Amino acid sequence: MPDQPTMSDVSMLVNGETRKLRLDVRTTLLDALREHLHLTGTKKGCDHGQCGACTVIVAGRRINSCLTLAVMHEGDSVTTIEGLGTPENLHPMQAAFVKHDGYQCGYCTPGQICSAVAMLDEIKAGTPSHVSADLMAQPQLTAMELRERMSGNICRCAAYPNIIDAISEVAGRKT
Amino acid sequence: MKSFAYERAASPAEAVAAATRAEGAKFIAGGTNLLDLMKLEIEAPTHLIDVNGLAFDKIEATPDGGLRIGALVRNTDLAADERVRRDYPLLSRALLAGASGQLRNKATTAGNLLQRTRCPYFYDTNQPCNKRQPGSGCSAIGGFTRNHAILGTSDACIATHPSDMAVAMRALDATVETLRADGGTRSIPIAEFYRPPGDTPQIETMLMPGELITAVTLPEPVGGRQIYRKVRDRASYAFALVSVGAIVQSDGSGRVALGGVAHKPWRVEAADTALLRGAKAAAAQLLASATPTHQNAFKLPLIERTLSAVLSEARG
Amino acid sequence: MRFDTPATTNPIDQLRVIGQPISRIDGPLKTTGTAPYAYERHDVVPNQAYGYVVGAAIAKGRIASIDLAQAQAAPGVLAIVTAENAGKLGKGGRNTATLLGGPAIEHYHQAVALVVAETFEQARAAASLVRVDYTRTEGAFDLAAARNSAGTPKSGFGGPPDTSVGDFAKAFAAAPVQLDETYTTPDQSHAMMEPHATIAAWDGERLTVWTSNQMIAWAAGDLAKTLGISRDKVRVMSPFIGGGFGGKLFLRADVVLAALGARAAGRPVKVALTRPLMANNTTHRPATIQRIRIGATGDGKITALGHESWSGDLPGGGPEEAVNQTRLLYAAANRMTAMRLAVLDLAEGNAMRAPGEASGMMALEIAIDEMAEKLGLDPVEFRIRNDTQVDPEQPERPFSQRRLIECLRTGAERFGWNKRQAQPGRMLDGNILVGMGVAAAFRNNLLTKSAARIRLDGSGMVTVETDMTDIGTGSYTIIAQTAAEMMGLPIEKVAVRLGDSTFPVSCGSGGQWGGNNSTAGVYAACVKLREAVAQKLGFNSAEAVFADGQVRLGNRSVSLAEAAGAEGLLAEDGIEYGDLDKKYQQSTFGAHFVEVGVDAATGETRVRRMLAACACGRILNPKTARSQLIGAMTMGVGAALTEELVVDKRTGFFVNHDLASYEVPVHADIPHQDVVFLDEVDPISSPMKAKGVAELGICGVAAAVANAIYNATGVRVRDYPITLDKLIERLPNMQ
Repeated sequence: MPDQPTMSDVSMLVNGETRKLRLDVRTTLLDALREHLHLTGTKKGCDHGQCGACTVIVAGRRINSCLTLAVMHEGDSVTTIEGLGTPENLHPMQAAFVKHDGYQCGYCTPGQICSAVAMLDEIKAGTPSHVSADLMAQPQLTAMELRERMSGNICRCAAYPNIIDAISEVAGRKT
Repeated sequence: MKSFAYERAASPAEAVAAATRAEGAKFIAGGTNLLDLMKLEIEAPTHLIDVNGLAFDKIEATPDGGLRIGALVRNTDLAADERVRRDYPLLSRALLAGASGQLRNKATTAGNLLQRTRCPYFYDTNQPCNKRQPGSGCSAIGGFTRNHAILGTSDACIATHPSDMAVAMRALDATVETLRADGGTRSIPIAEFYRPPGDTPQIETMLMPGELITAVTLPEPVGGRQIYRKVRDRASYAFALVSVGAIVQSDGSGRVALGGVAHKPWRVEAADTALLRGAKAAAAQLLASATPTHQNAFKLPLIERTLSAVLSEARG
Repeated sequence: MRFDTPATTNPIDQLRVIGQPISRIDGPLKTTGTAPYAYERHDVVPNQAYGYVVGAAIAKGRIASIDLAQAQAAPGVLAIVTAENAGKLGKGGRNTATLLGGPAIEHYHQAVALVVAETFEQARAAASLVRVDYTRTEGAFDLAAARNSAGTPKSGFGGPPDTSVGDFAKAFAAAPVQLDETYTTPDQSHAMMEPHATIAAWDGERLTVWTSNQMIAWAAGDLAKTLGISRDKVRVMSPFIGGGFGGKLFLRADVVLAALGARAAGRPVKVALTRPLMANNTTHRPATIQRIRIGATGDGKITALGHESWSGDLPGGGPEEAVNQTRLLYAAANRMTAMRLAVLDLAEGNAMRAPGEASGMMALEIAIDEMAEKLGLDPVEFRIRNDTQVDPEQPERPFSQRRLIECLRTGAERFGWNKRQAQPGRMLDGNILVGMGVAAAFRNNLLTKSAARIRLDGSGMVTVETDMTDIGTGSYTIIAQTAAEMMGLPIEKVAVRLGDSTFPVSCGSGGQWGGNNSTAGVYAACVKLREAVAQKLGFNSAEAVFADGQVRLGNRSVSLAEAAGAEGLLAEDGIEYGDLDKKYQQSTFGAHFVEVGVDAATGETRVRRMLAACACGRILNPKTARSQLIGAMTMGVGAALTEELVVDKRTGFFVNHDLASYEVPVHADIPHQDVVFLDEVDPISSPMKAKGVAELGICGVAAAVANAIYNATGVRVRDYPITLDKLIERLPNMQ
């Protein structure tokens, strides 16, 4: 007789709201968001950490929500695309994606945007990248840096240059 | 994914005790490889022991001038640590060459060492694989082997270890610190940490059941020019075809370790010695026992050329 | 509306809304995660259960036995569908293999079961408990080995399998300069970001599916046929599609299994294919072997042009029509093309972005580059010398528009082609060998009928309904632009509803025909609505002016809102074509320029910059059209450098069946991309005077990359993808 699923309670702060769930422990953070909280803005592209469509921001950091269990996020603060802005009140990164046509089919887009928002904070914090020429220097907002840092978000429609233009515009405003 | 019991360990002792109690238990930290494999039932733990609450998330100086890196330090934080960037740039560079920003934010130091192979036959549960299902055979041998090992292989397995970080750790002579179920601790030099595939490719490291990695320790910095060169088909977010991690001193002496060629980071003492004589000599030592397939024989000239470029850069 | 004479001046020519770089009207939804994709419709029907697909573990053979006991006993399991218990199933007219396998297995990962459970986790766990015993039979998996047994396929999209003009053999033999080379392209995967997914719900005998499909009417028809129910009992909805590239042209297993699962479980069921299943379960672009022979005079005039292509598919399938462009692209008095089709027991081969031309241009445009070198001619100049303004196989048919020469010249100038060194291996930037490459771009423009329904309501708002889809192409936006232009409204006053089989049947999205044909259909419906408005107001519709939300005739002016009145006005029409595509050859043209850097030590190739100059009719929206182009160019870079579904020729499956091992380009692979659209209108294509855009962008790119690699290194690789292992032993020694 196969085992009954193990159920567990988990409470997370999702987009600023406390959400309590009782879940099969096998539930990924991604499926908790999409199937249980009906926050379907976060996408499932591969479910194996190979595409980045499921990117959300947990405790200020971008992660693949498909490769983590929801129960491992007790008390964590989770920001999804729905927490950044709404169609009527777009986050500057969302508005920049619209302006620069930083998407086509739209399926990788929420992941790209969440990734971009958290990625700019990583640069600000001085986190180096594979293409940073000097590990000890403050990383620059060059197109090459942005491309490398966004490479965990695949866009098969390949709006890549437009996405980099959108991020550059927002980053320029910030700095 | 099979059902499992889930518990959060509050202390290291509790973690190893729990792991020993339940047969088929596994520790989970970042989860970026374990959950990937659990979804495919390549891994099917009965118990998951979440060790994220343990205080293994610090990077501390050691009395002998080195660094003690907590097992739970995330790849991003390790790469960005000022001491690592300054004194062990090879490690920063190797980490930054791996995976993606999102994965590095989650993946831990210990988990990175313990990642499993990316052999596509290991990943497809319809295919025989001795590593996944001991005794079932190796589908890679005679199949698609472009990315497979050329060194240290056996008739049972030709898979590579995919880590970039481990290559740097090997060149830096890191030591893996563990806690055993009986409460004892031990230090395993990384040179001895990975087991050759032999007839038991499913057993990949020297860790005993229930043994928990607590830290990885680096000896005092060795200076020199430190270069990690990862060669891959696409420019980012891809596993290495081969990688070369090298530390080259101003007199031309140094160390070199390879990734993407074996079940472990590949380092040969005689190759370190041969570095003074140049890339060709060092590569000859590194690759002396190579047994490539027709599809991955390109790795031999590739390593020599890459090493040559690395040495030129180091001296330039 | 029947379109059988070239368009004259019409309201679209105002270019008040059409031709403007308007941001996508669905942008706010897509960027906020509120555009609903197939698997996400929690809102449409309650009580959805989860289905998980089990794929076949062998490539060819039979299911000897199937044991469901353990899976059925697993927690949460509601039903398990197999071919044994699914009842009699038909096969969609556009499917080669059946979508639910058993007892016969036709290809690896062909679906053999669907496990339905209360939760996704339960369905996935139970799926692994389905025990299937197979009896394997021998299969053919190796195209090169099957080449000699290949037969002649039926006529397809691109025409007959063989064509011949003049005396190729004689002319080739007599040509002072000859080229005879063979090229190969691998199997490729669409790898769209959204996996195939469906929610199915039955209401008695009526079935509704929310899915992800490019061709709504095809899906509805083939779903009804597969299930053996009447077409009018089926409703298909697909308003947002997370990419398709041809992989979602047809009914696939997710739809059929969701429907069967919902029937078996007695409640709605949702199914998504897992990523590792997609490469072998669905369709792919088939591999080709292509032999190209070119004979030319010493001064660079092609006298003989031959192109033969071999590809494989399951029994009953079709060829990759890789010779299509060679029938039209260059002049030559003596020419031949031939396609041969082998039986292979791999997953079904079918359309992927620019089927035919994408693969064919990968080969032809290297061959042209090689021939130019033999002749000592610049490859731009060689192409220009062999231009034709008529269909070379049927010279009585002129091209409706053909500005290939201008594309090549404009592109060369903008790209700085004159800085290219003709001698390979001469440009070095540090440790990087730099090279430039060029290729022509060519893709046919296809005409197919398309209908729409337009409603004008009392608030002056226009709503367009058509079963057209937007797979990222920008259909929502260009359709809104068309209606706004025609009705004299700002775009904000137009709503567009797509992807519903209760709407008028459109051309759908495929073959780069969607943009021109779907907007032409909307144009036709708008003409009818204008007539209805004019008639209601007693205006002469030919003289009425629709502008600024008003209808004007002389000094009379009535708002559209007022004209519609409380009851509103409705019009439905479509575009249908006469024989303008028989009298004229309609194609789109361009030129791709690529600069690559090849690491002198490792052989890693990275694209440094790229430019496409295109002539493809009126550009309805330069912002979205440019995005289509750069997206296609990027897919071409993938084809050139990394993309290959690797066949395990022993057991017959694509080994690298996930996104980690099938490498598509990432951000870091793609540099600055330039797109230049020549100012072109084509009144022969449709009232929109537009043509296809989306696929032209991929055609030729890979060859331009290959040619650039040759220019950088002196190493000519004729087998795609051009990975470093094919260069490394032959790279110039830099030490």
